[in-house]
Amino acid sequence: MPLTLQTFSTIADAGAALKASGTRYLGGGTLAVRAANEGDLSFSTLVRATDPALSAIAVEGARATIGAGVTMAAVAAHPGLAVIARAARAVGGPAVRNQATVGGNLFAASPYGDFTVALLALDATVHAGGGAIPVEEFLAGRDGFTGIVTAVSFAMPRDGGFRFLKVSRVKPKGVSVLSIAAVVEEDGDGRVTAARIGLGCMADRPIRAKAAEKALVGNRLTADGIAAALAVAGEGTVPPTDAVASAWYRAEVLPVHLKRLLLAR
Amino acid sequence: MAKVPVQFSLNGSEKAEFVDSGATLLAVLRGKAGDTSPKGGCHQGTCGACSVLIDGELRLSCLTLAETCEGAEITTTAGLAEAGVLHPLQRAFMDGFAAQCGFCTPGMLMAAKALLDRTPNPTREDVVEAISGNVCRCTGYEPIIQAILAAARANSHNAA
Repeated sequence: MPLTLQTFSTIADAGAALKASGTRYLGGGTLAVRAANEGDLSFSTLVRATDPALSAIAVEGARATIGAGVTMAAVAAHPGLAVIARAARAVGGPAVRNQATVGGNLFAASPYGDFTVALLALDATVHAGGGAIPVEEFLAGRDGFTGIVTAVSFAMPRDGGFRFLKVSRVKPKGVSVLSIAAVVEEDGDGRVTAARIGLGCMADRPIRAKAAEKALVGNRLTADGIAAALAVAGEGTVPPTDAVASAWYRAEVLPVHLKRLLLAR
Repeated sequence: MAKVPVQFSLNGSEKAEFVDSGATLLAVLRGKAGDTSPKGGCHQGTCGACSVLIDGELRLSCLTLAETCEGAEITTTAGLAEAGVLHPLQRAFMDGFAAQCGFCTPGMLMAAKALLDRTPNPTREDVVEAISGNVCRCTGYEPIIQAILAAARANSHNAA
C-alpha cells in the first residue's frame, strides 16, 4: 500500500490530521518509516509537524526541556545536557542518532528505547496536547495515545548524579540486552535518601525497579548496602525473549549489572 | 496517486523530481535520480548500506522520506570522486583492501566522510564509533578502520 506524507506547520493542525484513521505520526522515521518498510499496513498516511518548537532545547536553571523532535545527536551535543549525554549516545549508530527523536524513543518497543529508560530515572514529565503527565504514567498508557508529544522536561541531576549503563553483545554499538539508568540521592552520611531506577528490556517497554529503589533507601552504596536492592531487582519485570537474549538470561544478569552501576564511583 | 515535486541538490547538481508521496529518499535516488551508489540492505536502519549525507549529516536514506529533503544538499558516494580522481577515502579503501563484496562500502565511505569532515585527525575509537552503524560481513572491519585512519593521515599530510 503506498504511503502518503502530510506536512503541517503547526502541531495543532497535525494533531487534527492524526484523528483520521490510518494515520501515524512521523518523527525521525526510525520507527514509522521502518514499520512501513517492514510491511506494516496499520497506517497509510504519515503526518508530521515542522513547528520549530519541537526541535528546541532549553536548560533553564535546574530544569531541562527537550522538544519531542530533538534528535539523539542534538541531545548528546548540547553542553547543558552533558550529564545525560551518555544515554543519548547509547541509541543506535551515528546515522540513527541524527534521525531518532526524543519523542519517538517514548514509543520504541523493547529492545529499543534506551533514552526513555533515562527519562524514567529522571522522573521526566511528558508534555502533550497542552497537558503534562509523568513519563511512567505516559508509558503505561502509550498504546492508546493518539496525540502528539511536544516535549519532555525534567530536573537536571547534579554532576555525577546520573548513572547509566547499556549492555549489548556487539561493541561499541548493538541492540540492548538491557539498559539501566539510576538517579540516587544520598545524605551527608552517604546514606541513600531517594532512588529512581529505570530498566530497559526488562518488560515490553521501559519500567521502574520500584522494589529495588525502596530497598536502597537508608542504605549506603556498598556491596552490603545494596544487597537487599539487588535481591528484589527483578520484581515486577517481564523480560522479553528475542534475538539478542532470552528472558532467563536477562533476569539472571540484571542484578549483576545493577550492582556494577550502583557501586561505580 | 498524486506525485509531489521535490527539489534538492545531489552531489552539487540541482535535481527536480516528481516523486510518490511517502517514497523514501533511497528509492528516489536509485529509481529516479539514477544514483545507485546508496544500497538498499535491510530497509530497517540496521545495516547502514543506504547512508548518505543530508546537509552534511550522516542519515539513512531508507528511513528518510524524499519529500522531507526539499531544498537539501545530498552527498552520496557517487559524488566523492572529482574529475575522475578518487577521493582520498576511496583511494585508501582500494589500497587497503577495505572492500570485498563492496555492498557496505558506499555506506562506510559516507560514514567515514561524515567523521573526517568534523574530526580530521580521528583516533581509532573515533573511527570505530563512526562506523558502528554500518554492518560489513566480509572484512572483519579491521581493513576498513585502517583505511579510514590512512585517509586521515594522507589528508593531514597534504594539508601540511
